[in-house]
Amino acid sequence: MTELLRAVFVAPFADMAGNMPFLIEVLIGGVAAGLMYSLVALGFVLIFKASGVFNFAQGVMVLFSALTLVGLMERGVPVVAALALTALTMIALAFAIERVVLRPLVNQESIILFMATIGLNFFLEGFGEMIWGSNVKKLDVGIPDTSFMVRGVQVNRLELTAALTAAVLVAILAILFQRTKIGRALRAVADDHEAALSIGIPLKTIWVVVWSVAGLVAIAAGIMWGAKSGVQFSLSLIALKALPVLILGGFTSVPGAIVGGLIIGVGEKLAEVYWGPLVGGAIENWFAYAMALAFLLVRPQGLFGERIIERV
Amino acid sequence: MIYREAGQFKSTYASDQAIFPIVQDRWVVLVLLLGAVIVPPLVASEYWLQAVLIPFLIYALAAIGLNLLTGYAGQLSLGTGGFMAVGAYSAFKLTTAFPALNIFVVFALAGVAAALVGVLFGIPSLRIKGFYLAVATLAAQFFLLWLFNKVAWFTNYASSGTITAPPRTVFGAMVTGPGATAPARYLTALAFVIVFALVAKNLVRGRVGRCWMAIRDRDIAAEIIGIRPLRTKLLAFAISSFYCGVAGAEYVFLYLGSAETQAFDIAVSFLVLFMVIIGGLGSILGSFLGAGFIVVVPIFLTNVPHLVGLALPVALQKQIELMVFGGLIIFFLIVEPNGLARLWQIAKEKLRLWPFPY
Amino acid sequence: MRARELLIGLLAAAVIAVPMAMPVAAQPKEMFVPSTVYRTGPYAPSGTPFANGFWDYLTLINERDGGVNGIKLVVEECETQYDTKQGVECYERLKGKGAGAMVFNPLSTGITYQLIPKAAVDKIPVHSMGYGMTAAADGRWFPWVFNFPTTYWSQASAVIRYIGQQEGGLDKLKGKKIAHIFHNSPYGKEANPTLEDLAKKYGFELTELAVDHPGQEQKATWLQVRRLNPNWIYMSGWGVMNQVAVKEAAAIGYPMDHFIGNWWSASEADVIPAGDGAKGYKGATFHAPGANFKVHQDIIKFVYDKGKNIGPKEKVGEALYNRGVINAMYAVEAFRTAMAKYGNKPLTADQVRWGLEHLNITAARLDQIGLKGFTHPVKVTCEDHEGNGPVLIQQWDGKKWNIVSEAIEPMRDVVRPKLEAAAIEEGKKLGYTQRDCSKEQ
Repeated sequence: MTELLRAVFVAPFADMAGNMPFLIEVLIGGVAAGLMYSLVALGFVLIFKASGVFNFAQGVMVLFSALTLVGLMERGVPVVAALALTALTMIALAFAIERVVLRPLVNQESIILFMATIGLNFFLEGFGEMIWGSNVKKLDVGIPDTSFMVRGVQVNRLELTAALTAAVLVAILAILFQRTKIGRALRAVADDHEAALSIGIPLKTIWVVVWSVAGLVAIAAGIMWGAKSGVQFSLSLIALKALPVLILGGFTSVPGAIVGGLIIGVGEKLAEVYWGPLVGGAIENWFAYAMALAFLLVRPQGLFGERIIERV
Repeated sequence: MIYREAGQFKSTYASDQAIFPIVQDRWVVLVLLLGAVIVPPLVASEYWLQAVLIPFLIYALAAIGLNLLTGYAGQLSLGTGGFMAVGAYSAFKLTTAFPALNIFVVFALAGVAAALVGVLFGIPSLRIKGFYLAVATLAAQFFLLWLFNKVAWFTNYASSGTITAPPRTVFGAMVTGPGATAPARYLTALAFVIVFALVAKNLVRGRVGRCWMAIRDRDIAAEIIGIRPLRTKLLAFAISSFYCGVAGAEYVFLYLGSAETQAFDIAVSFLVLFMVIIGGLGSILGSFLGAGFIVVVPIFLTNVPHLVGLALPVALQKQIELMVFGGLIIFFLIVEPNGLARLWQIAKEKLRLWPFPY
Repeated sequence: MRARELLIGLLAAAVIAVPMAMPVAAQPKEMFVPSTVYRTGPYAPSGTPFANGFWDYLTLINERDGGVNGIKLVVEECETQYDTKQGVECYERLKGKGAGAMVFNPLSTGITYQLIPKAAVDKIPVHSMGYGMTAAADGRWFPWVFNFPTTYWSQASAVIRYIGQQEGGLDKLKGKKIAHIFHNSPYGKEANPTLEDLAKKYGFELTELAVDHPGQEQKATWLQVRRLNPNWIYMSGWGVMNQVAVKEAAAIGYPMDHFIGNWWSASEADVIPAGDGAKGYKGATFHAPGANFKVHQDIIKFVYDKGKNIGPKEKVGEALYNRGVINAMYAVEAFRTAMAKYGNKPLTADQVRWGLEHLNITAARLDQIGLKGFTHPVKVTCEDHEGNGPVLIQQWDGKKWNIVSEAIEPMRDVVRPKLEAAAIEEGKKLGYTQRDCSKEQ
């Protein structure tokens, strides 16, 4: 019994303290992974914030945008043009989704909309694979996936770039939401659809804008993830790893997505590296969820989410 | 329409509260049930039984379970696969530890085990609601699968990491194991489904079901009028997980023959959720319709091109299947959010008046 | 609204009514060979080239030779997505098609485990080439399951022997660190017991690192690798997991020539996404890579030039494409062996089983069929369904795979006793009895 207690509560910490450079590497790895989850989670947050829809298809949108980008680049389109075309594709997708899925379901409960996005998820999976094929595609954005050493700690170039991208994206989104007219409109729609309608905010346009922005965020996430682990169908499963980030940070908060991502990323890696060997490894998947669950029990709306005020 | 409902007077409360108050309805259902028991074992091909009817019955049971939790009690759950896995692995452990135990009892006990686990993972539902709860149930899904994968005790230390249904007989007929004939397995699954569907139908018509629906609609108001949310929600989780556990045990013992944890992964959870959505949330009949639809659609999609003479490459077939699935879900949600069950109701209503318009 | 409801009703009714029409009667002078594939999903990068190779070789036999001794082969693909449930569905759907499936290649260890009990009852031989349940190599317990030319346990022992050779002798392994990164499924775990035994025997430190399906995210695993800094890494991966692992290894700067993938983790799809970083990555195999054999020229001539191919021409000769070719070749040679005994007519699955069990492909025969030097001769017997083939190590040079080792014999003295013990255990679980090989012809 004491063996067990010691193995769980003492040994891992001793391990951590004993090899500080490695601990820093784990932390950096965790931060990088977490920020990459945040990139995906940002898309969720955007859509939920502005239209109250939990877009389960966000993962597939990440995959689809990456597939489109790589597909175009493979066919010889230069990078900048490919990016522009992909952005246009995602905007076109946003239009299509609004027209086909959202508009007919406009007054339904959120659970119906959630399930519609699950349907969308499956549809885009099949569609993306049908158009671009199911091979793993290499995504080269000019950043080599190699590491360099900083004072005894190994840092990966690609992950560093991903972290910077996430930071820049969050800054842009924050400015968008707080300082621009359209950002105000987005926040108004998120607060109350009907009130926003009554003051003349065009709901349909807002939704298209939001889904487009989420699509662009998905492109960024797709580029980072695609460069890291190749562009293939299973990229869409990253969304499942981004969900705990969402829960932790709160569904409606952009900074929450970042903070949540950091916490989940670091926690996950620490658990896997230091506690994982005790139980045979591969605990990453459910540990993130368990962490999120633990947080939820204390704060049901997530760290930064809006307090759910229920009325009878 | 075809039959006259008028003129049927009830003289007891019991007969008035029957599931099928109209006599003709009752006869039709009885005939259908008898038909389901007698016809397929005699007439259906092995392929039909193995690939369509048996999975239909098993998924219908799981769909009823999920419908009780999500449709009636309003607790969105994505952990169905995990609970089915609990049922399957418990059944395996029980039957290998007590080979003499009747397999029906084993399935029921496996359901109880799943119910206990369901209660455990249902506890957060008291604090967490809506999508947060859905994501929390994903924790159950991933954790349970990891547990069964990791702890070799669950597979009796098999090097393959799979559980295999050992041969078991009931009333002299081999029901599980490679020697079990498809009709025997079909009848076993049918027996379970009939009994448990009846139980579920009565549950939702009674006090328990009404408590669930109250919690689903306005949980604070429900609490105010005296429905205890703790008990009600946990009961929903327990009963739902019981059904999913039995379905999971049947999944391995009657359908697949052997399974690894991957057989219960998140794709299964989503599949059952689709059955519930398409069939109709909050309807027992809907669970059946949804299960039937989802089981048949892939088969339909793989066979139709052959019939029409189109030879589609296999990958394209699979992708079209995915697209059609996704498209159908969106279509159903737009056209009839209450699913096939509501369509059936509308059809029945129209048929009652036909050929008159009103 | 009414029209829409009507539409749905019709749709639902059609969906239920259509499967009534099921496939049809057998054609004479034909043999049906089902091909399980995964061309979609996370394992498609691995499954697609294999499926192409399998299809192309069987089509070649039809086009060039007019079938096997005049009997044409009918191939039908069935998508399993490497999912056990779908694999079983494919099996059930295809086992009775035509005059019955001749042989079944599950292409997945998980599916193989499911089919082993069923195959014995349905009497269809299962050929799990280089995968599946290793214990089935003891044909006395599993007459219907074949896993030649070699198995996971043999492969693991051969790789350890290769590592020993690289280190200057098996005794030099003492104190070295070897990590086994594996797909967290029955397939990935197969090599673990053998590796553990060998670790005890030769004194090296074995660390087992599991990667969950599908293996898209392996940061934590590779952090542990960095900490551990093993001398050698052996990987049992599949699908998307492989190329992510190779990329991660390159990203942390691990010496790629000390990273050996098993024969399912060493194909073009696994190394090309990593670009230059993958140079030096090694893999195990049991046949040559490349398209320089007569059979490939025949395939181009008789299949691609006639437009009967199913995949792109550039991929002919990829490692997994050749794997598919060899799988098909074994099936065809088994048919020939059976026909030599039972006559040149469409065979039954039972006869094919006999053919598989008495398969004897010599070097001369390989030369005859245009595969000179492609793989090693194989002889299957009643006791030994493994064939005891040797293992080769190939290395990626940035553009193609090259064989960089001699044929490495597995450590039969370690593997066979374990195998026989496992066969007894597994066989008893399924209620089998051991057959006496001397009593059979």
